[in-house]
Amino acid sequence: MGIVWVAMLAFGAVWAVCTRGPGSVAAMSISSAKEAVQLCLALAGSIGLWSGMARIAEQSGLTAALAAGIRPLLGPLFPDLARNSKSIPLIASSMAANLLGLGMAATPLGLQAMQQLAVERGGRPPRRGARPGNAKQTPPEPTDAMCTFAIVTASSLTLVPTTIISLRAEMGSADPTAVIGATILATSCSTAAAVILDRALRKRGRKRR
Amino acid sequence: MKLLAAFPYYLVPLLVAGIPLYGAWRGVDVYGCFVEGASEGLKTIGRIAPAMIAMFVAVGMFRESGALNAAARALSPVARALGVNPDIMILAALRPISGSGSLGYLAELLQHYGPDSAEGTLASVVQGSADTSLYIIALYFSSVGITRTRHTVAAALLATLAGFLGAVLACQAMRL
Repeated sequence: MGIVWVAMLAFGAVWAVCTRGPGSVAAMSISSAKEAVQLCLALAGSIGLWSGMARIAEQSGLTAALAAGIRPLLGPLFPDLARNSKSIPLIASSMAANLLGLGMAATPLGLQAMQQLAVERGGRPPRRGARPGNAKQTPPEPTDAMCTFAIVTASSLTLVPTTIISLRAEMGSADPTAVIGATILATSCSTAAAVILDRALRKRGRKRR
Repeated sequence: MKLLAAFPYYLVPLLVAGIPLYGAWRGVDVYGCFVEGASEGLKTIGRIAPAMIAMFVAVGMFRESGALNAAARALSPVARALGVNPDIMILAALRPISGSGSLGYLAELLQHYGPDSAEGTLASVVQGSADTSLYIIALYFSSVGITRTRHTVAAALLATLAGFLGAVLACQAMRL
């Protein structure tokens, strides 16, 4: 991630200076930073709402009931997790929300699942401000389960691309939903690739050590 | 299919009313639980914000400077070999790094080519084939204080590529 980040910043800055002049960089970087904070504020409302809802669902036993349906699929995907792990219902509900096209609900649930995975990894919580350069305080590595969860979520699990359908309808499409079938095929390709690549690259990383 | 598309719109009201009702029926302190959960959620935002600023500045610089378009233009021989419009290659390149950016670009493509054209259809499928993978990985890992991402970035980007190829093949096979 660090290398990608530096490369994008450096390449973007050099390219902007060459094509649009040095004055453009300040405006671009500040407006992007502002956009990030605006997005966080916009997210805060929905994260607050759905985290609250998720807590009610958890306390009332609804989450556990929902997760029971998806759980058989999660066993092979997350072999490292204990059967009674508290993160399994959270992972299941986050994936269910993603499948139904409820991105607004899926993100808070996914973040809760991630936090639960971090708690279950054990040891001390990640130190604040640990410097990557300091050998004694190497930053914490994500577990295999965390990586699998992040990659599979990032590969998109959407069955109904609601935003795209409404955009197509807005643009005057005669059949906005015509793309559902092909989208499901395409997103299955990316998710299948995500699961395979996760396993393949993870093993390679281990051998190197 | 119409019903399937409308389903999520009914699901949200169902959840917003159904979850608290079910909780109350099971004798849970509904209001207290909600406030507790919401406050946890807001703490998460505080952890995410710095990573989001880092991501957005890098993505914004890369996109606004025109470097992204230049990179996608460099890929246009590949696009021709696949029988894909180079404009759609730009969309595919934008997809993993910017959700709002790629959605905005999709809107431009739909307007320019028409939503029911071959280009408009393929663009819609490409947008739906993957998610904003770099953003999701940054968001998920930063929320638990992890800065080392192991193999996740490489795997997610290659999975996005697989989704793009899947979108091209699916549209060709289904003659969309």
